[in-house]
Amino acid sequence: MSTVNSHEHHYAHHFKNADHEFVTSKQGIWLFMVTEILMFGGLFVAFFIYHAMYPEMFAEGAKQLDWRMGFTNTLVLIFSSFTMALGIHYIQKGDARKATWNLSATILCGAIFMVIKYFEYTHKFHLGFFPGKYLDVARVGAEHANLGLYFGFYYCMTGLHGIHVLTGMSLIVWVLFRHLRGDFNPHYYTPVEGVGIFWHIVDLVWIFLFPLLYLVG
Amino acid sequence: MAQSNNDVHHIVEFPILMKTALALFGLTFLTMIAFWAHSYLGPLGPIVAFLIAGVKAALVMMYFMGLKYDSLMNRFIFALGFFFLLLLFAISALDIWTRVPVANTL
Amino acid sequence: MANHDSNLNYINEFKGIKSWLFSLDHKRIGILYMISVMFFFLLGGIAALGIRLELFSVGPTLMTADTYNQFMTYHGAIMVFMVIVPGIPAILGNFFLPLHIGAKDVAFPRLNLLSWYMLMLGAAMAIATLFIHRLDTGWTFYTPYSIKTSGSTALMVVAVFIMGMSSVLTGLNFIATVHKLRCEGMTMYRIPLFVWALYSTAILQVLATPVLAITLLLLAMERILGVGIFDPALGGDPVLFQHFFWFYSHPAVYIMILPAMGVVSELITTFSRKTIFGYTAIAYSSLGIAAVSFFVWGHHMYVSGQSETAGIVFSFLTMLVGVPTAIKMFNWVSTLYRGSISFQSPMLFALGFLFLFMIGGVTGIMLATLAIDVHFHDTYFVVAHFHYVMVGGTLMALMGGFYYWIPKMFGKMYNEGLARLTFVLIFIGFNVTFFPQFILGAMGMPRRYFDYIPAYESLNRISTVGSWLIGAGFLISLYVIIDCLVRGKKAPENPWGSKTLEWTVASPPPHHNFHHDPVVSAGPYEYR
Repeated sequence: MSTVNSHEHHYAHHFKNADHEFVTSKQGIWLFMVTEILMFGGLFVAFFIYHAMYPEMFAEGAKQLDWRMGFTNTLVLIFSSFTMALGIHYIQKGDARKATWNLSATILCGAIFMVIKYFEYTHKFHLGFFPGKYLDVARVGAEHANLGLYFGFYYCMTGLHGIHVLTGMSLIVWVLFRHLRGDFNPHYYTPVEGVGIFWHIVDLVWIFLFPLLYLVG
Repeated sequence: MAQSNNDVHHIVEFPILMKTALALFGLTFLTMIAFWAHSYLGPLGPIVAFLIAGVKAALVMMYFMGLKYDSLMNRFIFALGFFFLLLLFAISALDIWTRVPVANTL
Repeated sequence: MANHDSNLNYINEFKGIKSWLFSLDHKRIGILYMISVMFFFLLGGIAALGIRLELFSVGPTLMTADTYNQFMTYHGAIMVFMVIVPGIPAILGNFFLPLHIGAKDVAFPRLNLLSWYMLMLGAAMAIATLFIHRLDTGWTFYTPYSIKTSGSTALMVVAVFIMGMSSVLTGLNFIATVHKLRCEGMTMYRIPLFVWALYSTAILQVLATPVLAITLLLLAMERILGVGIFDPALGGDPVLFQHFFWFYSHPAVYIMILPAMGVVSELITTFSRKTIFGYTAIAYSSLGIAAVSFFVWGHHMYVSGQSETAGIVFSFLTMLVGVPTAIKMFNWVSTLYRGSISFQSPMLFALGFLFLFMIGGVTGIMLATLAIDVHFHDTYFVVAHFHYVMVGGTLMALMGGFYYWIPKMFGKMYNEGLARLTFVLIFIGFNVTFFPQFILGAMGMPRRYFDYIPAYESLNRISTVGSWLIGAGFLISLYVIIDCLVRGKKAPENPWGSKTLEWTVASPPPHHNFHHDPVVSAGPYEYR
């Protein structure tokens, strides 16, 4: 599809015009992103506090993380943010085909991220590194009795992040579907913008999660 | 906060997006270098890692998310979230580190 | 498409239950909230009556200790999460915020409907726990007990999470609405004070509730996975749970009171027929209260094991919140001075608010004082304090707001005489119930206890009788509302002579609120 459908977007009746709706929607999305930052941030705060209380135990846990997988995943997500931004860029320019490629690439990157995560998790399960009380201290030869706390944090933080990756991917699939249907044009692409901002948040959280879990420990 | 219609659909140009992406890749490599050098950096190591992460985050926010070209209000809204997070940490930490030390239960 | 037929309004224009359940009209959504919140209030109220009945006499009266703990848990959880937090913003705010700023709807109408469904879903899950495995932790879910108790904590935690999301979405909606949908000429300094109050509340909803979300998630993790974050036996810190919990829950109490203060501003100025004293001061004090509310959460934790240093810091910061609050009180009273006051029931509730909230607020300052709180913490003094501000404050304002705005919402006048009776019953009943509790607390009676020593019995009996008066008052007001709906006299456009925008449209308003976009050139209270 090389041409963009130029039908006018019908904006809701309580707005003055389509642009009014667009800026309002954007503000709504930013407000929602603040809640995401605060929610993940709470986990970070808890992690910092316990890291300070049990530094050696956290170091022991962090040794189990493979920095190469974390590093690769960081590059994957950064690249996916780039393609997401490009997806919006090309819709704004009216280049539907390039937009399609970039949105698809973003979804693919998300999938790669999840696959790497799957390997990380299964490897840990294989070695017995379960969260909380399910971690058998004797089996893994842990030096610290509460090593399960570290892995509780690890699985909760990466798991919650992973859920957001999957949600983001689903949203991008939906937006891609609508794009292929011709719903968007340079004057109306609000859902893509919104999903894009959500996806960047997913990247943002990982930008902090990566050093926190893989490096600082 | 009235925005002229020209600003509302600001398009971040391809060269800027590309440069941002390259900067992000570069900073990620830098993070790894800092990590490998952590025996030299000592306690500064985590701080450096997080500072770099902060720069990366700022780049994502400014250029990929378009905050640089967006309204002041949206930037303020987003910044507010980080401020309150800091508050939660600061006072909880204050409590924990001003407690009279007791041997932990382990 | 706009229908200017003057017989059509938001109630009769679209018919059928589906047109209500799938409505995107903020007014209909406000009514949906009204019906559901009233039902939840009934549930929470029954729990309250049960508590007071049990406490009528020393020793077990009609339930076991475990059952009592369940009653007090559900009374708290239902009232906080299902009645007072949504209460004024979701009912009156949803209905009147767009009208107050000259808009046709809120910024995100579909999100608005979603908010209601999320509250319903969360409430259904919370109520389900009543039938699966009742909780007995108190609405605060303190660890380590909440980790070990056999109640269906996980389900309740998810329920509260969902209800919290409902609150977040409402707040988000209101902020975007106030920022972007004000009509022409309506600067931020011309919006009604009710809108300033809702705006400040919305900021709290958006910033504070996510931390509750993560707290609940961590609690669920602790219960299901045994990670050891809050469980001292595993090296965790139960006080950290309290830090996380109260980081939300203290701003939450301001989510509960700020909209009430907004209603009081509207009532006082209308029924004094005088422009409000110190509009800007009241507006900024709403923001000020919202801001300070984030810094004070540790005053719930003075004796929890928190460090003395933290306690001192929190005590000092908590005193600060008295300043913007007092500014409001003084400004309201100054509005009354030389006003042309009429004592219709909305005004009676507003005046009742002033009296009761003052007691509640001042006792709050007492509790903020670290040295005093060491004695009062977890006694009935605290219980009396927060009921004075929550019931004597928020509920009185809600009742006043209902009577004030029912003519606009339904186009019918209610029975003024009966309404005044409900005020008398609720006001007197409230004081009879809760004032003795200050004394009981000072005498040392602990809260959340199923039983007490004989020395406390006579005051407890008085308190219980008071609860019957309150119950009667609310039952009669339910009758007043239903009677109004069924055979109330038709209400004029502006029965109170108020100057805010909702009174310029028909009672009930048309579906699209305004036939023509309003243009304002003056503030909302230009009486004289």
